[in-house]
Amino acid sequence: MSSPVEPANDTHATSGTGRSVRFRVSRFKQGDRKPHYQEYAVEVAPETTVLDALTAIRRDQDPTLILRHSCYHASCGTCGMRVNDTEVLACVTEVTELGGGPVKVDPIANQRLVADLVTDMVDFYDKFTAVDQPLVRGSDAIPAATVPPGVPGFTRFENCIECGLCLSACPIVATDPRYLGPAGLAAAQRVLEEPREADAFSVLRLTDDPQAAWRCHLAFECTAVCPSNVDPAGAIMFLRRRLASDRVKSIFGSGWRP
Amino acid sequence: MSERATGAGPGLDFRARGERVSPRRRGAWGWVDVRGRRLGQWAFILNRLTGLGLLVYLFLHLGVLSMLAVGPGAWDGFVSTALTPAFLALDVVLIFGLLFHGLNGLRITLVGLGLVVNRQQALFVALMVFGAIALLIAGLRIFAVG
Repeated sequence: MSSPVEPANDTHATSGTGRSVRFRVSRFKQGDRKPHYQEYAVEVAPETTVLDALTAIRRDQDPTLILRHSCYHASCGTCGMRVNDTEVLACVTEVTELGGGPVKVDPIANQRLVADLVTDMVDFYDKFTAVDQPLVRGSDAIPAATVPPGVPGFTRFENCIECGLCLSACPIVATDPRYLGPAGLAAAQRVLEEPREADAFSVLRLTDDPQAAWRCHLAFECTAVCPSNVDPAGAIMFLRRRLASDRVKSIFGSGWRP
Repeated sequence: MSERATGAGPGLDFRARGERVSPRRRGAWGWVDVRGRRLGQWAFILNRLTGLGLLVYLFLHLGVLSMLAVGPGAWDGFVSTALTPAFLALDVVLIFGLLFHGLNGLRITLVGLGLVVNRQQALFVALMVFGAIALLIAGLRIFAVG
């Protein structure tokens, strides 16, 4: 379905001196059989980001457009989406980088779709909880940092901003829901690199599985799209080296295998 | 469903409320869709295509060899067909498949065991350059003999 709309008179996404760009945005509501595209025209300035344009559409043209965003500076990972079929953070992707054609915007792939550009990230987080939490690292904040009331403490996944772009780009995740996935495996590798108090043995045992480290087929698309330089594919390969090394060592009576 | 995942209480858990969510796993299309993808996805796809092609070739090859059991006439007839330019071009395609699958397989083996991980793209390019040169030489020799 296509319903062209007049360019918006926006104050942030547009400067009044920009050019009009067509956006083809994926739409889906609960009860729809499948997503469809809806077109909008947005006037953009050179510095306008895709997120600016989408929020302008929502504000000025179509308040039913659902999207998720928070920090506007590539720290929170919530605005991960597919723009012109490539996984990006919308908040740091300038429209002028995308050429002159229509800008196609889709939600990240391989996750359950909630509405429009919003996906259910529960499957993503389940990959972390599946390992009984050893991948959730302790706070990197200074000990004296003030913890807000009602928050038990700071937690983070190292450099991973939990955007889910790696799962969207991975061809294996596209076909295999059991695959632990690049984000979880990269987190596992970080635990092995720096175990702190974590149980490295259990992490190794978890990742030495056909649906874990050995399921990756080296497309390296996760690394290509990662906005935080986590290099999940590289982490998986280093994980494999550790596993293969331990397997060889176990033949000679050392390594972690019984 | 963890509250941490959504930052919301169970009241906002649409799955708990029984609302429908659309599974959007891309399926096999995610293997072959190269739109917006990089070199790694092309290598991924070509490795599978050449692998399937070599598997088909193996059975075709066995079928062709079975002509020997039929008799000299059948075999000589096939050989005359095999020397036509169109058939020789198929030989070049076969060698492309062998070279790509073999050389990319070497990269996958090395990188998959955690070796040259940080240089894997350079390794791929180097192997493909080597393969292109080998394919060129093989093609010239095939058509020279043909």
